[in-house]
Amino acid sequence: MSFVSRGFHGRPRREDVDPARIPPGQYVTADFPVLSAGPTPHTPLDRWTFQIDGEVDEPLSWSWSELQALPAETITVDIHCVTKWSKLGTSWRGVSIDTLLDGVDTTAEYVTATSDGGYTTNLPLEDVTGGKAWVAFEYGGEPLEPEHGGPARLLVPHLYFWKSAKWVRRLTLQLEDEPGFWESYGYHNYGDPWREQRYAGD
Amino acid sequence: MAGTAVRGRLSWQLGTVVELVDETPNARSIVLDLPDWTGHRPGQHVDVRLTADDGYRAQRSYSIASAPEDDHLVLTVERLPDGEVSPYLAGELVPGDMLELRGPIGGYFVWDAGTGGPVQMFAGGSGVVPFRAMLRHHAAVASTVPVRLLYSARRLGDVIYRDELTPSDEVDVRFTLTREWPDDWSGFRGRLDRALVEEVAWPVEDRPLVYICGPTGFVEAAAEAMVQLGHDPGRVKTERFGPSGG
Repeated sequence: MSFVSRGFHGRPRREDVDPARIPPGQYVTADFPVLSAGPTPHTPLDRWTFQIDGEVDEPLSWSWSELQALPAETITVDIHCVTKWSKLGTSWRGVSIDTLLDGVDTTAEYVTATSDGGYTTNLPLEDVTGGKAWVAFEYGGEPLEPEHGGPARLLVPHLYFWKSAKWVRRLTLQLEDEPGFWESYGYHNYGDPWREQRYAGD
Repeated sequence: MAGTAVRGRLSWQLGTVVELVDETPNARSIVLDLPDWTGHRPGQHVDVRLTADDGYRAQRSYSIASAPEDDHLVLTVERLPDGEVSPYLAGELVPGDMLELRGPIGGYFVWDAGTGGPVQMFAGGSGVVPFRAMLRHHAAVASTVPVRLLYSARRLGDVIYRDELTPSDEVDVRFTLTREWPDDWSGFRGRLDRALVEEVAWPVEDRPLVYICGPTGFVEAAAEAMVQLGHDPGRVKTERFGPSGG
C-alpha cells in the first residue's frame, strides 16, 4: 500500500539498533511491559511441580528442587511481543525442554503448555525441541518475578511472546493441534514474528 | 469456540478523521469514518499503523472507545511523553486526515449485554477507554445489568469522559484521585488499595464479572485485592499497559 500518514516522521531511526533484529511492525523498548489476562498467581515453591503428560508412556513430574538440580543453560535472546514491543538481548536461565524430554518416546507432534490460572498455549513439538525452548526461572540474573511469569515460564523466543507461557506448570504432548487461550480469541495459531503472524489469517 | 470459526484476514483499512475531541490536556478522541468497518464488541481494540514518507512504519494498539451502536468508530489516545505514535495521533492529526488501521482485535476483554453480570469495572487512567465502549453499549441497549465502575485518575483534570460518566439506576460510578483533589472533592483520595476495593466492589456472594484495565501497578493491586477478598480468579479479566506503550 502506498498510503503515507501526513505529517508522520517517526522517531529518528536508531543507530544503535540493528534493523535486521527487529521483525516487521515491532519497536524496541528498554522496559519489560507486563501483559496478562488475569490475576498473577502465587504458587509456593514447595507445592510447585512441573509435569509432562499426554502422549507419553508415563507422565513425568519434577518438584522445584528437582528442576533446579537439572543442568541449566544461560540464554541470551531477543523477544517479541504481539503488542508490538521487542526487547533485545534479554538474559535468562532455565532448563532446556530437550533435557526434560530426554529419553521420552512419543508420537506426538504438538504440545499444549498449561499455566497456573488456566492459561494455555499450543505449539508444534518441533518448536520446543532442538534447543529452541526452555523452562526459565531466572531473568537478568535474578529469580523471575511473578509479574513476568515466575517462578518459571516457558521461553520460546523465536515465536511471539504469548507462546512463552507465564507460570507454566505442564506440557501436554498431543497428536492433534488444539488452539490455546489467545489462539482461540483470534490470535495466530503459530505466531512467527518474522512473518508478522499476529492474528488468524496473517 | 472462537478458534474453530473460519476467519478471514484482518485487512488494513483506511478511515477519515471526521472530528477530534480534547478529553483532557493529554487525551484526545479521534472520531473516524470507516467505510469498511464490520462492527466490534465493546472492549475490543484496533491496531493503528503509521507510515512515514520514507516507508518507515510504526504500529500500536488502541482500545475502541465507541459502542457498536455508535455512528462512528472512536479511539481515545493518551499522549505519552516519549511516545512515537501517540503524539502524532493526539497532536498532529487534523480532521480530513486519513488513518490506517485494522481490527477489531481481541475477544476476551469484552462485555456486551448478553455477557451478564453484575459487572465490576476498575479503570486506571486511560484504562477507562474500553469501559466507555461497554457503558455506551449498556446505555444504547438499555441493559438492566448492574455495573459498578471505580475510576482512578491522578487529578480531576485527567478524568476522561467526565461529563459522560454519570451514575444511573444501573451504573454506579466512583472516582479516586491519587495526586491532587479539589478542596470540596467528595470522591475517594489516594491510590486504590484493598480497603477501597472492599468498600466499592460487589461483594463476593454476588459473583461479579470483574474487568480491570490500566497501568500494570494499578491492575496488579486491583486484581490482587479482589482475589484476596475471595473473588474467583477465573472471573477476573485484566488488560494492562506498561510504561512504554508508545
